[in-house]
Amino acid sequence: MTTVPTAREGSVGTAHTRVEGREKVTGAARYAGEVRFADLAHGWFVLSTVARGRVRSVETAGVLAMPGVLTVLHHGNAPRVDTGYIGFLGVPPDPSCAVFQHDRVPHLGWPVALVVAGTSEQAREAAEALVVRYEEEPHDTVFTGERPDAYDVDGHVPAVTGKGDLEAGLTASAVVVDAEYSTPEEHHHPMEPHAATARRDGGRLEVVDSNQGAAWVAGDLARLFSLDPASVRVRSEHVGGGFGSKGIRAHQVAAVMASTVLGRPVRVVMTRRQMFSLAGHRSPTAQRIRLGADADGRLRALEHRSVSATSTVYEFVEPSASVARAMYDAAAHHTANRVVRLDVPTPTWMRAPGEAPGSFALESAFDELAEKCGVDPIELRARNEPERGPVSGLPFSDRGLLACFREGARRFGWADRDPRPGLRREGRWLLGTGTAAASFPVMARPSTAAVTAEADGTFTVRISAADIGTGARTALTLVAADALETGPDRVRVRIGDSDFGPAMIAGGSMGTRSWAWAITAAAAGLRERLAAGTGVPPQGITVRSDTSAAVDALPPKERHSYGAQFAEVAVDTGTGEVRVRRMLGVFAPGRIVNPLTARNQFVGGMVWGISMALHEEAVRDAASGGHYGADLAGYHVATHADVPDVEAHWIDDPDPDDPVGIKGIGEIGIVGAAAAVANAVWHATGVRHRDLPIRPDRVLLSGAPGV
Amino acid sequence: MKEFAYQRAFDVPGALALLDAGSDARFLGGGTNLVDLMKAGVERPARLVDVRGLPLNRVEPTADGGLRIGATVTNSDLAAHPEVRRRYPALAQAVLAGASGQLRNMATVGGNLLQRTRCGYFTDVTRPCNKRVPGSGCPAVEGEHRNHAILGASGHCVAVHPSDMAVALTAFDAVVSYETADGPGELPLTEFYVPVGDTPHRETSLPRGALITGVILPPAPVAARSRYRKVRERASYAFAIGSVAAALDVEGGVVREARLALGAVASRPWRARAAERALTGARADGEAFAAAADAELAAANPLPRNAYKVALTRNLMVAVLTGLAEEAAR
Amino acid sequence: MAPAPSPAYSSVTLDVNGDKHTLTVDHRTTLLDALRERLDLTGTKKGCDQGQCGACTVLLDGHRAVACLQLAVAAEGRAITTVEGLADGERLHPAQQAFLDLDGYQCGYCTPGQICSAVAMIEEHAAGWPSAVTDDIRPEAGPPPLTADEIRERMSGNLCRCGAYVSIVRAVARAAAVRAESTPTTVSTRTERAPA
Repeated sequence: MTTVPTAREGSVGTAHTRVEGREKVTGAARYAGEVRFADLAHGWFVLSTVARGRVRSVETAGVLAMPGVLTVLHHGNAPRVDTGYIGFLGVPPDPSCAVFQHDRVPHLGWPVALVVAGTSEQAREAAEALVVRYEEEPHDTVFTGERPDAYDVDGHVPAVTGKGDLEAGLTASAVVVDAEYSTPEEHHHPMEPHAATARRDGGRLEVVDSNQGAAWVAGDLARLFSLDPASVRVRSEHVGGGFGSKGIRAHQVAAVMASTVLGRPVRVVMTRRQMFSLAGHRSPTAQRIRLGADADGRLRALEHRSVSATSTVYEFVEPSASVARAMYDAAAHHTANRVVRLDVPTPTWMRAPGEAPGSFALESAFDELAEKCGVDPIELRARNEPERGPVSGLPFSDRGLLACFREGARRFGWADRDPRPGLRREGRWLLGTGTAAASFPVMARPSTAAVTAEADGTFTVRISAADIGTGARTALTLVAADALETGPDRVRVRIGDSDFGPAMIAGGSMGTRSWAWAITAAAAGLRERLAAGTGVPPQGITVRSDTSAAVDALPPKERHSYGAQFAEVAVDTGTGEVRVRRMLGVFAPGRIVNPLTARNQFVGGMVWGISMALHEEAVRDAASGGHYGADLAGYHVATHADVPDVEAHWIDDPDPDDPVGIKGIGEIGIVGAAAAVANAVWHATGVRHRDLPIRPDRVLLSGAPGV
Repeated sequence: MKEFAYQRAFDVPGALALLDAGSDARFLGGGTNLVDLMKAGVERPARLVDVRGLPLNRVEPTADGGLRIGATVTNSDLAAHPEVRRRYPALAQAVLAGASGQLRNMATVGGNLLQRTRCGYFTDVTRPCNKRVPGSGCPAVEGEHRNHAILGASGHCVAVHPSDMAVALTAFDAVVSYETADGPGELPLTEFYVPVGDTPHRETSLPRGALITGVILPPAPVAARSRYRKVRERASYAFAIGSVAAALDVEGGVVREARLALGAVASRPWRARAAERALTGARADGEAFAAAADAELAAANPLPRNAYKVALTRNLMVAVLTGLAEEAAR
Repeated sequence: MAPAPSPAYSSVTLDVNGDKHTLTVDHRTTLLDALRERLDLTGTKKGCDQGQCGACTVLLDGHRAVACLQLAVAAEGRAITTVEGLADGERLHPAQQAFLDLDGYQCGYCTPGQICSAVAMIEEHAAGWPSAVTDDIRPEAGPPPLTADEIRERMSGNLCRCGAYVSIVRAVARAAAVRAESTPTTVSTRTERAPA
């Protein structure tokens, strides 16, 4: 097959089924726990049953005598690791991953031992039989917004911003909204549990893992175990979802320890129950918003304060109060993110960290302000469009928010909406509609890539990218094809291997943008080499790129994706049931590489919003300090029957500063989605739900009009 | 999970003999609850006797116009059976409201009756639980009990029974038939489940070593107009937070006969006899339905965080009865 | 590996995708683990190992079931079909093709379970089985139209955390339509068992 470069239509922007689709639908795609290893042993975690204290003893003798048991690792015998480093993401590692280093128990579900046996059945039974004795101390696990010990902490964004006189602004306002919102502890629960197999082969450490960045995990393992980075290889070919939870975690470290001790490959897989304390989670938040506006809805004062929880071993802040820093301006504008330390596992990044819970509160408060002002919620947002970054003062790279609202309102039929609540009934259901705005920062991180022109006329791209379900492998194939002026069928993209060099992780909606940049740069270099016309030798011609300089040279601007979310809900106030009947999102998301997979990802984010609004909540038992109902029957995520025909659309919105025009689409879909649902519930019933999830008991007790 | 022996039974006497041949053995049906509890460490049998292959997989009409349902009939087959859908539609609806298509294909009628509570303290072996370890305490009373009992509970246990099917069976006066080494026996479902009292670990009055062989549904013309409705915290694939099985016979605007059973309110499916008494002979209208619901729920004794269940169950009863009355009037 | 004979182990013959495999299993071994760890059939996924996600859905005698709650030793004598057994050589099963074409997945981990579930669910529907959202469950009413709501309810035992439900439902509808075209008649209204 030949292609004529000058006549070719670009691949970017046209729908392509996933390049690994056939493997995924036939079951041939192998995930981390499925790669064969000879002489494999199985490790099973033993987790603490107390929420705070010390391990007094680990009584291994009986367990070591059980069939098939090879070893029991614990703080008394495990290899030492070093956590005193700054990791791949520019922060020290959460020491929760450094298992078995001391006898302290900082939360219930802390790993206290790893039992390794010849089969998983033997390991499981021995782990269950292992007696661990504790010196238990009183624990403190109850999160509230009123904790006096909450303090400011800078996370991936600054803790506090402020300008103007807030109290004066509120006093001068014709309309004031002052409301408190809460979101519960939420868990990622990718369908594939975290799994790693480690093998020491001479001086090499090889790990097959499920993660969001093979180079990230390899780098951290090298630092933890004081190994030459070049001797550590992490592969992560197919990843069954991540959502922020699949970084460096206890299972990889324990597997490396056990394989080091035993001299044979060891696999460690988290059980679903164990994931509740080992895989990270989104902290609960307690938020207070005060909005002061003129009668026409123009803001004079905005305050957003949020408290979240972290563990006693690491500071992680869920920066929910930061949303307004890019969204809405006011002469008095104050935001603050605070944390409280509890005897709980360390939370971590979870899809739209900060923006997801923060937008629920802020966009609910805006709906309340619209109601109070008697202004249409979309018009209210239009009246509060900032000219520059409200906090940064920087110009916006572009701002597609109102274009999203216009297109969304047209498609959703918003113009016909009667703003009065509680008026529409269909059988036992009260109906309502709601809307909310969305934004998510657009960023890029340095990455490296290698592109090879093969002697047979095809191309191979190697980059340590991760496809956690985003469609990155396919998107990068299309990007590479265009950059190489060839067809996607002539491009092989290999990802998920730390040997391919440093690259951004799949996170922060930055993966595809950062990787595409590196591939584009390498491809450009390769085309120059090929244009020189010396022919391709049998080993091919490879050109490498490193985008560090280019990414660092990005001029400072307010860069964001935007979206407008719309939801229609039905509420049975007699039973408390809430059903989302219709959901529609329109996004300004940068250039869309693959419409097929991009739509799916937007919709997936919106489904997360439905799930967040109505279902998700990890319940912590105050007495034990651990979870109640720690499984997928206790922690509900939306299933098929909860999800209507969700629609996602986008406007033409290429990023002017990105070589491909990409912004990033992984997170924007969830932002504002829960608020749109909650606002629709208000419109249906006349009752505001400021605490998520909107459970049947909450609807029943909220005093909404009965049947 | 500890090691265990496994044996397959091919007929009822064989199953009973195998179970009797040693201690600490359990019958294995579909395994959807038992295997799960074994993984959780809640059940640790030394031996399993697989009864799934017993010739008890038929749904047959009885001479008097009822149905006999074999113990190994799967939930799916029960719900799909034409006579069940025709004569006892609430039973088919109840079964379809439970679990998932996969689990309904595996689960058996006998196992469904014996499934254990989904209380999160019961399924977590690191926590006290009077049902699992008698005398160890019940953390739910002071702890998480949003989905716990409002009727018939005791301070020893406030867990609820998880079955949907059993709620409908209870409304229809189902009788459990069983075999023991000493011969067969029968237990009305309302006596099959015992009050929780101070022995929450003792859930049924089934004799030790007995094998459930089936369920007999007596003839119940009223059941032809029956309905099951279930409320849960997501739209499907979740346990009930409230459910109602109801049947109503209305003539001339007056209730001739009513059957009502409630789910997710007690340690067992709850036959709402007070409501049935209030309904019988009453006008089939919303006022009477509400009065009947109130009559039943007068005994409700909710915990601090599950009082919503009283309102939910009341509203559900009224809604289901209203729907049936409207249907009768058409 | 197994110290057979022991009361805790048995030799079983599993019929998987038409192939017979005889192996000695620890009685604790679930069908899921036997497929994945012993037979290297890793298409069947372990998402929760508790019957709460559907990722391990396989067909037993044509009926969908979760392999994580099925003991391997108890699966002897049953025809087991996994995702690896659906395609006809290189030709994908219509359900597989529909999932691929309509992007009925993201990460792919729940996908084999969704596909196996869909294949069996379509047969259940064709056999006249009602669902929890079927308005009229009387046998005389016949099978309800396989609407999106019917598909959603019937597929609800398969969680997809990526939230690809919308495209999964479309893929299932397409697979059902393909089946209906290839099987023009014989939709029974009186079926006590779904066809295998």
